[in-house]
Amino acid sequence: MLDAAATGLADGLRRLGSGAIAAVGRLGYATRFFVAVVRETPAAFARLHLTLREVYFSGVLSLVIILVSGLFVGMVLALQGYDVLQRYGADESLGILVSLSLVRELGPVVAGLLFASRAGSAITAEIGLMKATEQLSAMEMMAVDPLARVVAPRFWGGVISMPLLAALFSTLGVFGAYLVGVRLIGIDTGAFWGNMQAAVDFRYDIVNGIIKSAVFGTAVSLIAVFEGFDAKPTAEGVSSATTRTVVESSLAILALDFVLTVFMFRGIS
Amino acid sequence: MSDPSAPAYVTAAAQPDIAVELADVTFAYDRRPVLAGISMVIPRGKVVAIMGGSGCGKTTILRLIGGQLKPQVGRVMVAGQSVPDLDRDELYALRRKFGMLFQFGALFTDMSVYENIAFALREHTDLPEEIVRDLVLMKLHAVGLRGAARLMPSELSGGMARRVALARAIALDPMLVMYDEPFAGLDPISLGVVGQLIRQLNDALGITSIVVTHDVYESLKIVDYLYFVSEGAIIAQGTAADVRASGDAFVRQFVDGEPDGPVPFHYPASPYRAELFARA
Repeated sequence: MLDAAATGLADGLRRLGSGAIAAVGRLGYATRFFVAVVRETPAAFARLHLTLREVYFSGVLSLVIILVSGLFVGMVLALQGYDVLQRYGADESLGILVSLSLVRELGPVVAGLLFASRAGSAITAEIGLMKATEQLSAMEMMAVDPLARVVAPRFWGGVISMPLLAALFSTLGVFGAYLVGVRLIGIDTGAFWGNMQAAVDFRYDIVNGIIKSAVFGTAVSLIAVFEGFDAKPTAEGVSSATTRTVVESSLAILALDFVLTVFMFRGIS
Repeated sequence: MSDPSAPAYVTAAAQPDIAVELADVTFAYDRRPVLAGISMVIPRGKVVAIMGGSGCGKTTILRLIGGQLKPQVGRVMVAGQSVPDLDRDELYALRRKFGMLFQFGALFTDMSVYENIAFALREHTDLPEEIVRDLVLMKLHAVGLRGAARLMPSELSGGMARRVALARAIALDPMLVMYDEPFAGLDPISLGVVGQLIRQLNDALGITSIVVTHDVYESLKIVDYLYFVSEGAIIAQGTAADVRASGDAFVRQFVDGEPDGPVPFHYPASPYRAELFARA
């Protein structure tokens, strides 16, 4: 009885230990991969058309989901915000509420989550399938480094697209709030825009929002290319790599958002 | 007179010009041994087949020659250079002289047939676009698919994809072309076409070809020499005529396609009767 418990405990510890070692090893591998990709950056930018093509695939093709989501998030935010604000007679501050929420938080975070599931998963699946069908091996055997030719352009395509998408998300969100707040509910147009203009600080709010979205873009793109490159070259391997990209990216965005917010807005009160 | 350790073929043909040489190569993935002390010589200008059942380490040999894997023990020499000792730049320089045809073609699915063949030319040369175009069309014409230049890989049949991959493999006029299962999954006509192309391109372009395959019938028609690999070791070798006349039990089983023999039909298991009645 006691023996069995001891064995079970030892097994559990062993599993925990080997899991921890595997996780640290994988993190180290991902870091080395990141350094290798960054080192290939000049090669990726030397042939700019490769990176621009990925900006099109990750950025332009994500526009519909980003713009529509931004519009609806802004409209819902206006409805909910108005409901609370008007209780205190502060309904003219709706513009401030909506714009600050979007620029500081919702724009980068929600756009990042959408970007991870729309573009990140596609990047992982594409690189994973290229690996499974030996296209990456073929490239290597043709003396072309897949990191420079396939991975780096996709990474930078994502890094460049993400802040632009987040900015468009926030813009459409503000427009959606305008439609609901001013056009539908009837808040004064001048108060809506004027209060917003007075309250939103370029350096403090907008630049910090852009920094956040750039960090999220880097994290999501890195996770996406790494998971694709590291995928087991089978149908099952590619599908689980794609799932991991979405899960890890989402968690990374939320965790990084907390850390960045602590540093950026701690003097707020 | 002749070196007794060298394969008979090399000494007999008095062929000093060696493209690829493997000496006592041992390789294991983690702890799973794949190759156990393999030695082979591939003379320049010849078509040599490496044959054996699935999973016997044939493809591993190609990856060792291409420098994608490093042997734990032994020497891999290509064109007089020791492949495992090359640094990245030297390895890439060597690979520019290689062509490789992967098992299912491994064409780049996001590029047209034309772009696939132009890929290496554009990556490694500064040729003007008109010359790239002419070279691509010449390579495609050689495999009979000039008319398919604008198609995407998804629009090709298996045999056509294999021929496009072949055209891509010879795009940079390599000295050595490696074929990984070029005959797998092809209909009889495509099979004959691909086999003939391998032979003709080899002779016309003066390249050396290594064909990894388990298709005995097709290989015997086109190759100069064959190595039989089983469980990580070379168990027989010879010219096509030697192989046809061979009395070796393994070679006979392989050539005649017998289900049972030195390569057993049954995966190792406990005695049948004992297992069936184990629960009774």
